[in-house]
Amino acid sequence: MTGATTHMTLSGHFTYFIMVFLMIAGLFIVISRSNLIKKLVGLGIFQTSVYLLYIAPGKLIGGTAPILSDAFTVYSNPLPHVLILTAIVVGVATLALGLALVVRIREAYDTIEEDEILERDLKPEGDGKTK
Amino acid sequence: MLTPEQAIVASMVVPLAGALLISLAGRAPNLREAITLVTSVILLGVVLTLLPVVLGGARPQVILFSLLPGLQIDFRVEPLGMLFALIASGLWIVNSLYSIGYMRGNKEAHQTRFFVCFALALAATMGIAFSGNLLTLFIFYELLTLSTYPLVTHHGTEKARDGGLVYLGLLLSTSTLFLLPALVFIWYIAGTTDFTVGGILADKLKPGELAFLLGLCVFGIGKAALMPFHRWLPAAMVAPTPVSALLHAVAVVKAGVFSVVKVIVYTFGIETLALAGASHWLVALAGFTIIAASTVALTADNLKRRLAYSTISQLSYVTMAAALLAPLSLIGAVMHIAAHAVGKITLFFAAGAIYTAAHKTEVSQLDGIGRRMPWTMGAFAIAALSMIGLPPAAGFISKWYMLSGAMDAQHWLAVSVIILSTLLNAGYFLPIVYRAFFVLPPADPHGHPHGEAPLLMVVALTATAAGTVLLFFFPDVPLALARQMINP
Amino acid sequence: MNLAPHLPALQVVIPLIAAPLTVLLRRRSVAFGVALAASWAAFVISILLWMQVAQSGTISYAIGSWPAPWGIEYRVDRLNSFVLVLVSGIAALVLPYSRASIEAEVSPQQHYLFYTMFVLCLTGLLGITITGDAFNIFVFLEVSSLSTYVLIALGRDRRALFAGYQYLLMGSIGATFLVIGIGLLYLMTGTLNLDDMGQRIASVQGTRPILAALAFITVGVSLKLALFPLHQWLPNAYTFAPSAVSAFLAATATKVAVYVLLRFYFTVFGESAVFAKLPMEEMMLLLALAGMFAASTLAIFQTDLKRLFAYSSVAQIGYIILGMSFDSVSGLTASIVHLFNHGVTKGAIFMLLGCVTLGMGGTSLARIQGLGKRMPLTSFGIVVGGLSLMGVPGTAGFISKWYLLLAALEKGQWWLVFAIVLSSLLAAAYVWRFVEAAYFREPRKDTENVAAMPWLMSIPTAILVIAIVYFGLDTSFTIGTATDAAASLIRGRP
Repeated sequence: MTGATTHMTLSGHFTYFIMVFLMIAGLFIVISRSNLIKKLVGLGIFQTSVYLLYIAPGKLIGGTAPILSDAFTVYSNPLPHVLILTAIVVGVATLALGLALVVRIREAYDTIEEDEILERDLKPEGDGKTK
Repeated sequence: MLTPEQAIVASMVVPLAGALLISLAGRAPNLREAITLVTSVILLGVVLTLLPVVLGGARPQVILFSLLPGLQIDFRVEPLGMLFALIASGLWIVNSLYSIGYMRGNKEAHQTRFFVCFALALAATMGIAFSGNLLTLFIFYELLTLSTYPLVTHHGTEKARDGGLVYLGLLLSTSTLFLLPALVFIWYIAGTTDFTVGGILADKLKPGELAFLLGLCVFGIGKAALMPFHRWLPAAMVAPTPVSALLHAVAVVKAGVFSVVKVIVYTFGIETLALAGASHWLVALAGFTIIAASTVALTADNLKRRLAYSTISQLSYVTMAAALLAPLSLIGAVMHIAAHAVGKITLFFAAGAIYTAAHKTEVSQLDGIGRRMPWTMGAFAIAALSMIGLPPAAGFISKWYMLSGAMDAQHWLAVSVIILSTLLNAGYFLPIVYRAFFVLPPADPHGHPHGEAPLLMVVALTATAAGTVLLFFFPDVPLALARQMINP
Repeated sequence: MNLAPHLPALQVVIPLIAAPLTVLLRRRSVAFGVALAASWAAFVISILLWMQVAQSGTISYAIGSWPAPWGIEYRVDRLNSFVLVLVSGIAALVLPYSRASIEAEVSPQQHYLFYTMFVLCLTGLLGITITGDAFNIFVFLEVSSLSTYVLIALGRDRRALFAGYQYLLMGSIGATFLVIGIGLLYLMTGTLNLDDMGQRIASVQGTRPILAALAFITVGVSLKLALFPLHQWLPNAYTFAPSAVSAFLAATATKVAVYVLLRFYFTVFGESAVFAKLPMEEMMLLLALAGMFAASTLAIFQTDLKRLFAYSSVAQIGYIILGMSFDSVSGLTASIVHLFNHGVTKGAIFMLLGCVTLGMGGTSLARIQGLGKRMPLTSFGIVVGGLSLMGVPGTAGFISKWYLLLAALEKGQWWLVFAIVLSSLLAAAYVWRFVEAAYFREPRKDTENVAAMPWLMSIPTAILVIAIVYFGLDTSFTIGTATDAAASLIRGRP
């Protein structure tokens, strides 16, 4: 896989274009949306772009599925799939945790819009309202 | 008896133990005061055991911690440090007597905290006096600043806190911004920060770099009150007078000029500096400080303020004499550390006595006060003679040496500064003495007659005034120590 | 069965097993016992590993006996053995402390979950430090981060929830950046083993993906590091988390991130690529200085102690990065030793602040007035910590500052020398705010009944405060290890 590239044309790199698009879109959503759940959606999109980054180059030209057989000499790389499975699990855990936090925030603040939350915190209150 | 090494450690442990005991005895004022006095006497005793050792040529040493290779906390007694320790411990006894009288006479609050911090400050002073390298000096220098801060802000008023902030801010800033980089740089160049005869920077730096480093050190030692970092001194006048006496005679300012002389002689080395001509600028700056501070003193009506600026000026005598690098002027510098200490403490004692007995703080209020407070003003007069540099006061000897040294070095700027400032000193001290004794007092607006100050205070200031005269007639010990410093 | 050769694996496995155990054994005291045993075992193991590395050099351990570079390798050298000792040591002290501290700050039904997350976080941090595989770093990073988000959100103030959420967002972005960088590295070198990568990278140096990888990894780790200006999550997280969590995080999380940065820069990329081809020195210098000054200044104006010291952490991390930017042995020594010294200092300070929370009911400057009278030992401890932050001789912070100044002098950068001491003055200013409130103000009426300090809290705190002074006077362990580590990092790639 070292230095493996397809034809040096734009279309040859279309996976990377998609990857970058997803990455930027995800980041943009995280930054620009004030709804907490939408932010998590953006984070998910951002993390998906990474999956593409790993998996796409794993497919070698003329490579077959990575199952040993005498008929084939070039196999696609199975390692990225393994790594991305791990990353997906991490992403799922992060999402679950994030959503759990959003539920608790909703209980404590009665809103899940970031600007409203910040507003409600600016109002003076003892040494910190308990949840 | 104590071995020299034990004495060195004891000189710091004794005041520390004293501080602890004082804090515990807070409820019993008489016991507490007794502890202070006993501690100070024991300290003097401990320090005195070291004197014959040092005069005999030995240089005892104690190493405490080794932080990094070549960087340790250690103590080493040499003639200059010996003199400083003697002055500090000796004057602490007198100052304690005076403080007791002052605090009780003025019914001050927080007396326990006062005496505890005093003891701590003395411990730090001993650490400075006996420091064996620049790092140890730096550590105890900072400890001295911190332990004297509560003393400066003792009264707790808004004004006291502001003064304290200027004090703390200026001293901490100068030492952190200038002295610390200098310390690291010296270690970087020389591999050590030890105080060694002949200095540790020979042949290591170019003249310009030497001058720059000297500047960092001297400005970093803010306690020497070299302009423009002198403002902390008048700001610290918000403190009660015993504290001012401590600050301006015993511990803080003497620590400042002591450190300057020590660094010049033992870190840079007289030969090294002389060859490079790296201290000429310091002579000029110190000379300027002397004249400028004296001029301000001329116009100051508040007595303590006048004395503060007089101190700034007198300190720069030491700095200038040391920067001249001439053997005679160096002897004069060392002698002046002793002479000024005894003289200035008398002046501040007198100021405090005047305040306690007559509630007067301004020079213009002192007409005729000599008749009611003859002992106080008599002592003031003798001390004033010492400041001006006239016999039979000790200041005469130190000024003589400084002048001789300046002429030897053919540094005519320094000579003229010394002469001019002598006239200025006379100009702001003699009128006070004259008016105190030879002018009739105005009708007292307060209407209450007053006599002398409380007995303890009078005893203290008479003792120090006598000390000034005695030092004139018996200057052997300081002179011997000074000569040993020049010719090790 | 001889456990000695398996120590590297046990370092991570023991806390890892403890985590599900504490969930299953719901009773608080039992869960606490398991967690305590695990963290103390981890500490002992880290000491043994350090001693082994000091004697015989780098340890290489193949997980599952799959040899490197195909299998995952745990690799212990001078640098990470040092960090392992710090992390496990702090955990060993904070865990008993937390038993008493969370009584006031976390609801009792959630205590066993607290211990679970704590041990999991410990696992993650230890794993990041000990592993020699790049993707493994990411996995353990996420393990520690996820548990951190939970720990922070357990704080009693509702703002802890949002602080945890904010950190979740920023932390995940950072971790994802890191994994993008690792992916690019894998694409170009074909291996995930750090050591192997370092060797193979020579042939593809200077190609765009490698430079891009460097950029992604830098940004990703800087988010975890709280390098200015990516530090926004830190003040809220430290302020609203339970005190034990703040203490643990302040002392370990950012330090491990520094380790990751060092590992990637020096072992993988190699010093020459990072510093010669890109203006990394200047960039790190600028960001470090910005962090030092901006954060210190912000700290001066804070009204809550936890927040004040949180900003102080950002400033102190600036010192660490400053040391790295010198690209010299003294500079790196300064960074590595400050990693340790600051960990000890901040751990102590936040533990003390936890004591203050217990005793005074809060940590705002208004509330702690007169702390010197109410809780004299605690405020003295905070003063000692403050002195270390300022870099006063006799404390650990002085040693780091000394090396930092030395490194600046070696480069002949006098203006940098003055900048460093100037920022110490800023540190003095914010420490002064505490001293002023604690010693020069009268205490409030409603803070009269100071709760007695449980010994579970006071002993670990005292140990750490004493450590601040100890490591300021006896530097054989810290400087000895740091100098070796720095030298081997710089020597690095042939």
